[in-house]
Amino acid sequence: MKVAFTLNGRPTDWTGAPVTRLASALRDDLGLTGTKVGCDAGDCGACTVLVDGRQHCACLLAMGQVEGRAVETVESLAGHAAALGALQASFLSHGAAQCGICTPGMLMAAEELLRRVGRPSRGEVEDALGGVLCRCTGYAKIVDAVMAVGNAGADVTPAAGAAVGARLARVDGVAKVTGDDRFGADGIPADALWIRVVRAPHARARFVLGDLAPLRARLAAVLTAADVPFNGFGIYPEIKDQPVLADGVVRYRGEAVVALVGTRHGVLAVRDDEVPIAWTVEPPVIGIDAATAPEAALVQADKPANLLLDGGVRRGDASGSFAGCAAVAEGVFETAFVEHAYIEPEAGWAQRVGDRLEIHVTTQTPYMDRDEVANVMRLRPEAVRIVPTACGGGFGGKLDLSVHPLIALAAWTLGRPVACVYTRPESMAASTKRHPARIAARFGCDGDGKLVACEVTATFDTGAYASWGPTVANRVPVHAMGPYAVPNVRTWGAAYFTNGPPAGAFRGFGVPQAAIAHEAMMDELADALAIDRLEFRHRNALRAGDTTATGQTLAHSAGLAQCLDALRPQWQLAQAEAAAFNATQDLRRRGVGIGCMWYGIGNTSMSNPSRMRVGLSPAGTVTLYSGAVDVGQGSNTIMTQIVADALGVPVGQVALVAGDTDLTADAGKTSASRQTFVSGMAAERAARDLRRQILRQANAGPDARLVLDGSRLVIHDGDDIRTLDLAGGDSLMGEGTFDPPTTPLDADGQGVPYATYAFAAQLATVEVDLELGTVKVLRIVAAHDVGKAINPTLVEGQIQGGVAQGLGLALMEEYLPGRTENLHDYLIPTVGDVPEIECILIEDREPLGPSGAKGVGEPGLVPTAPAILGAIQHATGVRMRRVPVLPHRLREAIVASGEKPM
Amino acid sequence: MYTNDMAAYLRPHRLDEALNALARPHTVLAGGTDFYPARVGRAITEDVLDVGAIAELRGISADAGGWRLGATTTWNELVEADLPPLFDGLKQAAREIGGRQIQNAGTLAGNLCNASPAADGVPCLLALGAEIDVASHGSRRRVPLRRLITGVRRTSLAADELVLAIRVPRPRHEARSGFLKLGARRYLVISIAMVAATLEVVDGRVASAAIAVGACSPVAERLPALEAALAGATIDSRLPDLVEPAHLASLAPIDDMRGSAAYRLDAALVLIRRVLARLAT
Ligand SMILES: Cc1cc2nc3c(=O)[nH]c(=O)nc-3n(C[C@H](O)[C@H](O)[C@H](O)COP(=O)(O)OP(=O)(O)OC[C@H]3O[C@@H](n4cnc5c(N)ncnc54)[C@H](O)[C@@H]3O)c2cc1C
Ligand code: FES
Ligand code: FES
Repeated sequence: MKVAFTLNGRPTDWTGAPVTRLASALRDDLGLTGTKVGCDAGDCGACTVLVDGRQHCACLLAMGQVEGRAVETVESLAGHAAALGALQASFLSHGAAQCGICTPGMLMAAEELLRRVGRPSRGEVEDALGGVLCRCTGYAKIVDAVMAVGNAGADVTPAAGAAVGARLARVDGVAKVTGDDRFGADGIPADALWIRVVRAPHARARFVLGDLAPLRARLAAVLTAADVPFNGFGIYPEIKDQPVLADGVVRYRGEAVVALVGTRHGVLAVRDDEVPIAWTVEPPVIGIDAATAPEAALVQADKPANLLLDGGVRRGDASGSFAGCAAVAEGVFETAFVEHAYIEPEAGWAQRVGDRLEIHVTTQTPYMDRDEVANVMRLRPEAVRIVPTACGGGFGGKLDLSVHPLIALAAWTLGRPVACVYTRPESMAASTKRHPARIAARFGCDGDGKLVACEVTATFDTGAYASWGPTVANRVPVHAMGPYAVPNVRTWGAAYFTNGPPAGAFRGFGVPQAAIAHEAMMDELADALAIDRLEFRHRNALRAGDTTATGQTLAHSAGLAQCLDALRPQWQLAQAEAAAFNATQDLRRRGVGIGCMWYGIGNTSMSNPSRMRVGLSPAGTVTLYSGAVDVGQGSNTIMTQIVADALGVPVGQVALVAGDTDLTADAGKTSASRQTFVSGMAAERAARDLRRQILRQANAGPDARLVLDGSRLVIHDGDDIRTLDLAGGDSLMGEGTFDPPTTPLDADGQGVPYATYAFAAQLATVEVDLELGTVKVLRIVAAHDVGKAINPTLVEGQIQGGVAQGLGLALMEEYLPGRTENLHDYLIPTVGDVPEIECILIEDREPLGPSGAKGVGEPGLVPTAPAILGAIQHATGVRMRRVPVLPHRLREAIVASGEKPM
Repeated sequence: MYTNDMAAYLRPHRLDEALNALARPHTVLAGGTDFYPARVGRAITEDVLDVGAIAELRGISADAGGWRLGATTTWNELVEADLPPLFDGLKQAAREIGGRQIQNAGTLAGNLCNASPAADGVPCLLALGAEIDVASHGSRRRVPLRRLITGVRRTSLAADELVLAIRVPRPRHEARSGFLKLGARRYLVISIAMVAATLEVVDGRVASAAIAVGACSPVAERLPALEAALAGATIDSRLPDLVEPAHLASLAPIDDMRGSAAYRLDAALVLIRRVLARLAT
């Protein structure tokens, strides 16, 4: 049927099945991929467009319903960079777009409001944006941007040498606010075949495939385990335990079994029950207790006792020291599977180019993807090219393979481009999760409130496959005593296989779970000795010169005490305010809590180098070739700022080529908060190397000033002015590498696991509805020692986004296979759930880092849940030892305690 | 009409065309906010009847007997309509349905016909004593809302029947209503429990009360024992004290990931007291 409607002001005809979703018609048929699809179910709002001036989810409208109506998409807001609308410009300058996948929907929702209300209140903005989820920003900068439209702030254009420290708008930001950025599902060629994966409906089963010939006759291909050249992948070189397609056995609900390849309509039209799979269901091993039971069935036949790995840190005599302590606290804490819930589901497409494979995919780690795909395909790594698309959020979940091996295999075999885009339920069922943890902690201190001993055992449910389980089990024992000086330490981490989803990397690698335990211990010890909770932490904070439990002496940059000092005035005020409020109220109680953390930057005791290149072409273009993927955190911008200053040119003169494994060197993965520190240092060295080459050619001194004017490079060296004509010569290329100095940990966990650590302290104020058990977080103040804020706006964005995820971890997020596999049963915070977040940046310089910087990607999340849990305890007298603190759990605990709130 | 391989899509402008079409089974499509989420990642091959263009299903009107809310009235149209305080509760519910996008698309009849135990419109309309106009080719009937919805995702609609409108009778006295919803986050949230109350008031006393609770039984329920206990009571700050746990005995909540059964009952009781407290001031 033909549908005639107005699209972005122009009369438009569209022909197709009228039940087609508007989102799909816009994206697939009309070429407007600015409208994003995150769920196809109304839950995320990424597809928000205006229809007759009202915001609608384009995934919930039939084309048949669009007849005669006016549709406006993000593409209507501006044609190009020079013509950004006021709202888009405000988003850009406020840093309201991080990964940018939610941005088109946010813009359209805000546009509806602003046409109606010139100067909206915060409440009106929240109501207008309530239907659009953002997983990156914590919403703070989005709300600010909408409220500030029209108050045009000046563009930040730092002079040469002044880029580091400036609130520069993100260098890749324009495409994010115009809808031009190309994410994993945005650039798929029209002639590509599509893959639909048939997945296990059972957590543990054996299966036999029936006759696939009828399906093969209907489709281009039906791929099974037998078609995969090497059917195993995994993060660690020696653990390739996860099959690309299951081979007779499935170990978690959502595991890939068969890949249907054909036209998009063709594969979607195959019902699951048309795929002949005969299942023999077995009782699944669910949870740590089941996995560690004496007679437990094995999840992987060759992994005795279901143990993936264990290890720990031992220093002094922990168990012998408790007897002499003035106060001892102990407790067992539990966390759930948590879903990354990036708004962009896994997506990409592949094509065979001669004897090479080219894969366009949303990812956090192009080089690891390249090597892994090559291994699965039994190709040389150089035969695989990964071209990262824009990445609509990762948070650790896009460090593992997803669509890659399937599209690679199909494209290689069929010689045609092949695409795969996960549905939301598929993304949630198939992808990795945060490890559920059970953490048993015991801490003791002396009469002055100085910590004496700590024992922590952290047990993790690593799900069906290893993924990043070893990383979590290694990192947690090093961090489990918290950011404190403790002389006697025994920590232990162990990860067990279960028939749950594979638990992998998720912002913090297990440290957020451990922080819930150690911070509860700090509160309890402080209370036992009647010492203020902040002062207690201040007394014990690791400082420069202290030795950690692994025997590492922190030479520099340990700013926890400064963070706590910065919070102290607000801490006292917030407590006074809460007490005043509580004096007037019986049914609602306010409380204030504090959480601290430390976080080792980069891999644990493992080499994790980065290599960067900066070129100067004969045409006079400076180009940073960066293999670091910007997943929204801002590395493209930060690297550019660092390079501009190290080279000595204005930041606007630095062009960027990012990610593509054919064009850039290996910068390592975007994880472990390492890109600013590790790749930033490599970029600084590359730029300095290029500068040295230029100065040598010009025979100029180290302080010379460079002025790049087309292909003429003018060098001012004191009063001396020299000109290099680049046009005739060769390109210059500077190179830099950096691998943070660490040492292996011995059997007692002694060594230097990380070259530097980030520190932070956060304060949370909450209000608890005692009758309903609901918790409203009223305010967060976050003080973070980041070494140096290369770009304060981006740093704040990382902190605010981390806080929102920490809030979700504390109060609402719990992934239950088969039950919360979509974004209406699995809840992440909306704009109305995240409070005002004040960021305080402490800059305790790290001499190893670029301009003194460390990382901040993960730390934002770690202290938030502990601070909220402490605040709930302060408000109600109840210590919640299991997260998420769902309303019914808190209400039941309040009733059970019978205790009067303090 | 359009046919691709197998599926038809009808978008008639006239009611009789729609009713004629239903001689053959079609899935009715209104705002699509329940229809599309149930069809993620698969081809849509069923025959669809889109009721959005039928003028008779649209709009809100009033006569001596009460109000007629057309089946395809959206939540947002309801919020923007000029209606007396009797509808405050329903409007409060409308503002808490999903986010703005859902409120702009989702319809009242869609909410009822989808028959989710957590449908926010149902307790409100039960507490308004709503009746539903239903039509098929050649016949019309009016049923009380509670008899339209027969169970979890089940209604008494025959395959050839459409909901035309929701009828809200005019109360005999001054009336006010309220709604409270409990969810685990601020926007876009499925209710753990919700409560709607309508009070008719004469001389500062409750002339009649209608109280309904949702998400605590397969279909939202009125609480007749409580309504009886409230009748005649003085409307002041002590009104909520009349609510007793026994009044909720007819509810049968379940345990699920959003809340335990015991918690739901507990919460419903609190919500009822709070909504009454609000109506009493
Ligand atoms: C993100 C999101 C959030 C939501 N939040 C809430 C919420 O907070 N509270 C809540 O209660 N609901 C919520 N919903 C559910 C939904 O939006 C509402 O139930 C809405 O009112 C359904 O109306 P619709 O017109 O969109 O229904 P449709 O999807 O068009 O139809 C729903 C069902 O009703 C049938 N139907 C529709 N109209 C008629 C008719 N006239 N005659 C016969 N049958 C008919 C359809 O065949 C279908 O089975 C939410 C949905 C989404 C996607
Ligand atoms: S894609 Fe439409 S709401 Fe998520
Ligand atoms: S910026 Fe909002 S989801 Fe990434």
